[in-house]
Amino acid sequence: MTAPLYGLVLAGGHSKRMGQDKAALEYSGRSQLERAFGLLEKLVTRTFVSVRPDQAQDPLRARFPQIVDMPGDTEGPAAGIRAAQLAHPAAAWLVLACDLPYLDMATLQQLIARRDPARLATAFRSSHDGLPEPLCAIYEPAAADTLQEFLATGRNCPRKLLINSDTLLLDQPTHKALDNVNTPQELAAARADAGSGTGASRELRVQYFALLREQAGRRDETVATRAATPRELYAELAGRYRFTLTPEHLKVAVNAEFSDWSRPLNAGDSVVFIPPVAGG
Amino acid sequence: MSRFRFSHTPLDPAALRAELVDTHCGGFTAFEGWVRDHNEGQQVTHLEYEAFEALGVREGEQIVADACQRFGVTQALCVHRLGDLQLRESAVWVGVAAAHRDEAFKACRYIIDEVKHRVPIWKKEHYVSGDSGWVNCERCATHAQDHAGHDHGHSHG
Repeated sequence: MTAPLYGLVLAGGHSKRMGQDKAALEYSGRSQLERAFGLLEKLVTRTFVSVRPDQAQDPLRARFPQIVDMPGDTEGPAAGIRAAQLAHPAAAWLVLACDLPYLDMATLQQLIARRDPARLATAFRSSHDGLPEPLCAIYEPAAADTLQEFLATGRNCPRKLLINSDTLLLDQPTHKALDNVNTPQELAAARADAGSGTGASRELRVQYFALLREQAGRRDETVATRAATPRELYAELAGRYRFTLTPEHLKVAVNAEFSDWSRPLNAGDSVVFIPPVAGG
Repeated sequence: MSRFRFSHTPLDPAALRAELVDTHCGGFTAFEGWVRDHNEGQQVTHLEYEAFEALGVREGEQIVADACQRFGVTQALCVHRLGDLQLRESAVWVGVAAAHRDEAFKACRYIIDEVKHRVPIWKKEHYVSGDSGWVNCERCATHAQDHAGHDHGHSHG
């Protein structure tokens, strides 16, 4: 018999790289946590939010049915998954990170429709490296024992658990569906894509040099974008062209003058991102 | 006279030196950067220089002007090559003329050091192995996998 499917939104992270609580980040006026919970509760029997013990009273999280990590348990998503499995051992769990701004209903519906209860788990293949995405995946009840054994050996990465288990891997319906957001740069790009940026779209000129020129495959282009600052623009372009340099490595020039990364950009501005220089 | 410029053709040190000749100056020094056949253990076959010229000229002019003021030199010029360069070619030329040698040496050193660090010029090395790489760019580049690969595994929601 197929186990009932429950939903678990992971909101117990430390958000170290973001520098602010990721669950509370808003797109179009709704927090990531509310958004993820809202998607999931339409598709499963019961839905819970996974939190660390010290987060249970947090106003954002207190509104939702919670499953609290066991005090002193392992760190990270594995602790949340284990707590859920112990609380409702007969359920299969659709585990979902709360920081997936591109995730939509169709992606979750596909995961559920193609679920194979005879396997240990059903997951999407990462569009970046082909490995399982553990935080938008269905864990069958039998996965509880497997996770227990896995944790007992000192490992706690759910991705490795899926790699080493009988996991059905599915292709994502869209390339970015499961891209997550860990840094302010990625957040800016996601907000620009969500159409909730503060400004309207306008055209900017971008010139590329050296490594960036090769990776973009062009010397210059006109970009229609909502990016408000060079930092947001770089995040957007880095996503598009998979630039390997990060802003810490770069300087930026606007209209042929060195500029601040947070300078407001105006229609018609000409922007150049400057890789590490090597004259002489 | 512009004190910093780019050249898409080979540099002619004698002609550049002639631009600086000045009867007030008792000392002249020049520095040339050449294309070398090795870098960091790799055998280099040739180089490719590229610049953001509009900003580069402005930044270079500022460096040379600062050097003149700081060290009290009378004449200074820096020219940087762009495009494909073969071994032994001159990639950059700095010349300084001053009343005395000490300020000429100091200003010359200052200009080449600052140009290397501040002017938006990029160098691509081509190696005997057939590989190539942008100097200072390749090692600090992150790998694409770092982005999506393991982030999910260690960030709890």
